[in-house]
Amino acid sequence: MGSGKWNDMDAVFLARLQFGLTAGFHYLFPPTTLGLSLVIFVLESFYLLKKKDIFKETSSFLIKLLGVVFVMGAATGIVLEFAFGNNWSTYSRLVGDVFGAPLAAEAVLAFFLESVFLGILLFGRRRVAPRTYWLSSFLVFFASHLSGVWIVIANSWMQTPAGFRLEAGRAVLTDFGAAAWNPSFAARFIHVILGGWITGSLVVAAIAAFWLLRGKSGDKARLLLKTSLLVFIASSLLQLGSGHAHSVQVTRTQPEKMAAFEALWQSQDGAPFTVFGIPDAAKEKIYLAVRIPKLLSLLVHFDPNGRVAGLNEFPKDERPPVFIPFAGYHLMILFGLLFILLAVPGAVILIKKKASPPRWYLKCLMGAVPLPFLANELGWIAAEVGRQPWAVYKILRTAEAASPVVPAGNILFSLIAFTAIYALIATAGLSIILRMAKRGPEAAAQAHGSGGK
Amino acid sequence: MSAASVLPDIWFVLIGVLFTGYSILDGFDLGVGFLFPFLAKDENEKRQLFRSIGPVWDGNEVWLLAGGGALFAAFPQAYATVFSGFYLALMLVLFSLILRAVSIEFQAHAGTGRRFWETVFVASSALPSFLFGVALGNVIQGVPLDSRMEYAGNFFTLLRPLPMVFGLLGLAAFALQGSTWAALKTTGALQDKARRAALMSAGLFGALFLLSFASVWVGLPSALKKAPAWTFAGLVLLALIALFLAVSKKKDKRAWIYSSTALLGLWGIVGAIHYPNLVRASDPARSLTVFNSASSPLTLKVMLIIALAGMPLVIGYTVFAYRVFKGKVRLDDQGY
Repeated sequence: MGSGKWNDMDAVFLARLQFGLTAGFHYLFPPTTLGLSLVIFVLESFYLLKKKDIFKETSSFLIKLLGVVFVMGAATGIVLEFAFGNNWSTYSRLVGDVFGAPLAAEAVLAFFLESVFLGILLFGRRRVAPRTYWLSSFLVFFASHLSGVWIVIANSWMQTPAGFRLEAGRAVLTDFGAAAWNPSFAARFIHVILGGWITGSLVVAAIAAFWLLRGKSGDKARLLLKTSLLVFIASSLLQLGSGHAHSVQVTRTQPEKMAAFEALWQSQDGAPFTVFGIPDAAKEKIYLAVRIPKLLSLLVHFDPNGRVAGLNEFPKDERPPVFIPFAGYHLMILFGLLFILLAVPGAVILIKKKASPPRWYLKCLMGAVPLPFLANELGWIAAEVGRQPWAVYKILRTAEAASPVVPAGNILFSLIAFTAIYALIATAGLSIILRMAKRGPEAAAQAHGSGGK
Repeated sequence: MSAASVLPDIWFVLIGVLFTGYSILDGFDLGVGFLFPFLAKDENEKRQLFRSIGPVWDGNEVWLLAGGGALFAAFPQAYATVFSGFYLALMLVLFSLILRAVSIEFQAHAGTGRRFWETVFVASSALPSFLFGVALGNVIQGVPLDSRMEYAGNFFTLLRPLPMVFGLLGLAAFALQGSTWAALKTTGALQDKARRAALMSAGLFGALFLLSFASVWVGLPSALKKAPAWTFAGLVLLALIALFLAVSKKKDKRAWIYSSTALLGLWGIVGAIHYPNLVRASDPARSLTVFNSASSPLTLKVMLIIALAGMPLVIGYTVFAYRVFKGKVRLDDQGY
């Protein structure tokens, strides 16, 4: 509102901070939902086939957990759907013709399905036939992943926009299929889903490990550990391939982003992979660098002498920041490798059919729970900061995408309020989840209707 | 004219359908929410009320997300203007919706914190119920817009008399929707209280409806020249009369259906007096309409295909889920 230049810049900065905070907090929950819904569907399938109560009881526990995780994800997700209008109205005006559709499709095709059938999972066990209940568990699993399809389509379009033409600065849809199946969608979607499976399965494995360490719920804990470890091992290994494919795609479609991930300023034939370093964008150099010669070229081009573009090939005002994408990308990879390391003893335990896994391993599983959450966040931070300065790659700058009429003070107020509300619900949610885990599946089975008494 | 030219009109109607669905469905669980302290006195009554909305409220709220998403996709200019222009009001709605969603889940699991989350549930049900009406009242009465289609008022511009009356009407309508739902789903003393609440809400609804109609007549005389507005107004009044009769005969299901019909009638009036506007501007030349705010014909067509494929399914399985949980609440089911 007629504000000076400084105020505009503050408003954009605060709007970015707010989107980062609200999206980052939201993203604690959907990956957990993806993994949990998969484990629940597996357990319900066994229950339908084998009719043993143990499958039902373990699944019912996880469904209650899913209820808490899902509601926190849904509540914090609405904020993001509104945010494009609230804080990024210029963005909405200029690209809404393409970008709005996947968000609407997500609600109509996926979110209704997930919410309605989660209601049946939470409340309907005694009211529907076993097959219907099993189908509901499949539909919740299916819908949570379909939700991911539409949201990843929306994000990927910002990274690698396609299927449109520009008319007076406005993106107008020309080919819906091309916009949806844009060049980065498939690789990103698989990466996101596997990240979710790793997260959800590790949460389940850690709860089972906790019960085993306490010497309670033995059979149920072993069943949950076995099921979740299978998912964890498979998805950790697959994620190595998926992460590789995603990196190759980034090099192809957003070369300056890969250059920032690797803190590479000079284009090189036979570029090294930087294992460790502290990049300094102002001086265009990297301190304490530990490099493996030619590995980056080999990884992204399957050719040790392949040419990798450096940041110097791009105009200075079109380069992403370097430190945050570099650190996020490398830490994410480090965590990804740790998951594989953690999966190996799990595979040995499963293959040898050990009745009681060693206590050190159970403790490792519990201690590792924060890591997939961190890896998810770091991956997104690297991806989104690495897209800067663009909101939509090479189409619209983030600095030019904000709402012109929202004063910085209003954004600051809402930012403070979001922070306070999220701190409150994070604390309460975490304490509820920990209490559920401590009480175990037996308490969950009895607690119906009295809310835990 | 070509088929493309009717697409914005179709989307005007479809978004109306989504918001109507939202107010009928989430309307009842919001109403149960802010009537909670008046209806439930003991633990058993509280459990019954939570259980009456437990399996369905989440799906109900998706109608709002679908409506918001459809507005974004079909009329991005209107979405951008309203969501950035009504910033603080929408932030209050967001804070409420976040806290409300978690409060329903948390009160079931929290040990000592249950009272706290119940209070949060009540407050966060009341505030959006009021603010939705205020926001709607503003886009109908008209707000100052500049030459870039941007909102040129402030937070207090939103609190003019006509939008405030609409806000109160929204509260009364959701109270009616919630109390008739509670009467349908509960038994005993709670059910009697819910029926009394329904009669009181219906009276308030009627009074506020006449007041809003009169305010529109004074504020926007041209709007009521449209015949369908009068037809829908008649529908609202008939539904209210039928509702009084149904409640006094203890026909709870019919009462809820008549309450829903009254809400449908309200949206019918909104559509009739508002079309072709999406956001009326104080200077009519700057109004955002289905003509100047719509997405491209291709986007509208793709969205229409998605809606025609998706919404019949949504309605189908939503009906299925309501049938699964039909009848009085049973506290021996699983869940909260």
